[in-house]
Amino acid sequence: MTQVAPGIYMRRGVDEDASASNDDAIANIGFIVGGEAVAVTDAGGSLNDGRRLRASIRRVTQLPIRYVLMSHVHPDHVFGAGAFSADHPTFVGHAALPGALASRWEYYRARTEAILGRDTVGPLVMPAMLVKDHAQIDLGGRVLELTAHGIAHTDCDLSAFDRQSATLIAADLIFVRRAPSLDGSLRGWLKELAMLKGAPAKRAVPGHGPTSVNWPEGSQDLERYLQVLQRDTRAAIKKGVEIDAAARTVGLSERNRWVLFDDYNGHNVLQAFKELEWE
Amino acid sequence: MGVTRSLLPALMLGSLAALAPPRVQGVDDSAALMKQHAAEDAAERAARWKSLQQAVFGARQMQDGSAVIQIEAPEHALDAALVPVTLTLTPGTAVKGVYLVIDNNPSPVASHFTFGPRADPRVLKLRVRVNQYTYIHAIAEGADGKLYVSQQFVKTSGGCSAPVGPDNLQALKDVGLMKLHLLGAFQAGKPLQAQLMIRHPNFNGMQMDQATRVFTPPRFIRTIDASYDGAAVFHLDSDISLSTDPVITFGFVPDKQGTMKLVVRDSDNALFNHSFDVPAG
Repeated sequence: MTQVAPGIYMRRGVDEDASASNDDAIANIGFIVGGEAVAVTDAGGSLNDGRRLRASIRRVTQLPIRYVLMSHVHPDHVFGAGAFSADHPTFVGHAALPGALASRWEYYRARTEAILGRDTVGPLVMPAMLVKDHAQIDLGGRVLELTAHGIAHTDCDLSAFDRQSATLIAADLIFVRRAPSLDGSLRGWLKELAMLKGAPAKRAVPGHGPTSVNWPEGSQDLERYLQVLQRDTRAAIKKGVEIDAAARTVGLSERNRWVLFDDYNGHNVLQAFKELEWE
Repeated sequence: MGVTRSLLPALMLGSLAALAPPRVQGVDDSAALMKQHAAEDAAERAARWKSLQQAVFGARQMQDGSAVIQIEAPEHALDAALVPVTLTLTPGTAVKGVYLVIDNNPSPVASHFTFGPRADPRVLKLRVRVNQYTYIHAIAEGADGKLYVSQQFVKTSGGCSAPVGPDNLQALKDVGLMKLHLLGAFQAGKPLQAQLMIRHPNFNGMQMDQATRVFTPPRFIRTIDASYDGAAVFHLDSDISLSTDPVITFGFVPDKQGTMKLVVRDSDNALFNHSFDVPAG
C-alpha cells in the first residue's frame, strides 16, 4: 500500500486483465482513515482481493470500517465487496448502480468465475446508501464529498473528494497509462472530465495506473485519447466506414501511449460509434 | 416465422452457458473459453445446416449461390452482440427475397427480406448477434422460386446472453425512435441507398435481471415495412438475432421526390411509424 496523502492508502492494480494468478487485483483500491472510522474505496476485484485489502487496513488501524464505496458496476471494483460484509459497513453507490448490478452482475460473475474459479467473487452486494447528485460522509473530522456523475465511463460513476488533503478519488473516471475502457458515453465522459478538472484537488487517484497523479495535469492523457476517439469516430461515420472496420482503424495514433491498447481500443470505438452515429 | 419459433426449444440447449464478448473490463476472453465453441466439427455443422434447411425450406432444392449472393461478415467480430453482415446480390438475377440464417443461434432465421416494386435489392447491411462459432447462410429466392445459397463461418460467441446496456429500463427509454440517412444524392429514377436506425433494445429473453432473478422477457422487432409513396420497398420478418438498436442499410428506387414510410412492429405488438422526406427536407 502507498500512502498517497495523510490517511489515504492505495494499492496499485497490475496493468493486466483478470487471471487466476492475479485474483483480478487489477484496479487501484484502498481506504481512507478518519478520526473515528474508515472508508474503503474500492473493495477490489475478487473476494481474495477484498480480504487482502481488509488485512491491510487492520495493519494500519483498528477503527471500524463504516463505509465501502462502490465507484461503479465493473467487476474489478465491486467483486471484493463481500469481504467486508462482516463489518456491516454502509455500502455506497451511484443511484443507478443497483439497476446496473441487477442487469449485469450474473453475466460478470459467470465470466469472472470461469477465469478465477468457483466462489471467488462473493455474494452480490447492493449499495444501501444511494447518491443522486451529491452527498457527504463523515469519518470523524474528515468529510468525503461524493459526486454521482452523469453517464461517463459507465452510467453509475461515483467519485469522492477528500477536503482535508484535497485529494480526488476518481476511480475509473481517470485512467493513466492503462488503456481506458468506455462503457457509458464518450461525450458524457468528456463533459464530466471537464468538470472534474475544475475540482479544487491537488492530486487525483486514478482507477488504473499510478495511485496518484497531480491534478488537473493527470487528466491530460485521458482527455486527449477521448478526443481522438471522438474526432476519428465522427470522421469514420461521416465517410460511411462500417462500424467493425472503424473499430480496427480509429484511434491508432494513441496505440503506443497505452498498455493493453489492442485489448480495449476496438471496443471503445464500437461504443463511441453506436453513440455518435445517432448525432 | 412459425417454423423458426418451433425450432427454438431444441436449439436453446447450451446457449445460455455461452460466455464471451462484448468485453468485460478486466476480464479477458481466454482461449479456454473460446475452445468449447470450436469443438463442433465439420460433420456436425453440415448436419445442423441440413436439418435447418429442411425445417425452413422443406424439400426445396438449393443451388450454389456464389454467382448470385455474396455474404460478408468479419471472421472474428470484436463484439458478438454486434456483428455487421453485408449481403450483396449480383445484378442479373431477379430476386424476390433474401433469408439470413445464423445456424447456431437459438433462433436461427435472423431475417427474411421480401422485396417490393420500389426495392433496389443489390446491397443489404444489418447487424446481428452471434451466440457461438457458426456458419451464416444467405439464401436468395429468385423470382422463379429457385433458391441460391452462400455461406460464411464466423468465429465469435456470447452475443445473445450479453447484457443489452447498463440498465434495462434505460434501454427502453427512446424505444421506436428512428433515423433515416440517405447515403447518396437523390436523383429521380436512380437507385439510392439508405440507412435506417431504430432505437429498440431487441431483448431476446437471454439477459438476466439479477434484482428479480429472472431473465428479462423477450421484446424484439418482428416486422419492418418500408414503402415509398405507398409502393413497397421491402417487408422484413426479423427475430431475436438483430442487435440492440438495429441499423439496416437497403436500396430503393425513388421515381420522384416523395416519402419513405417505415412501420415497425415488435413482439409486444407495439407499432412505430415514421415518415421521411426524400430527399431530406
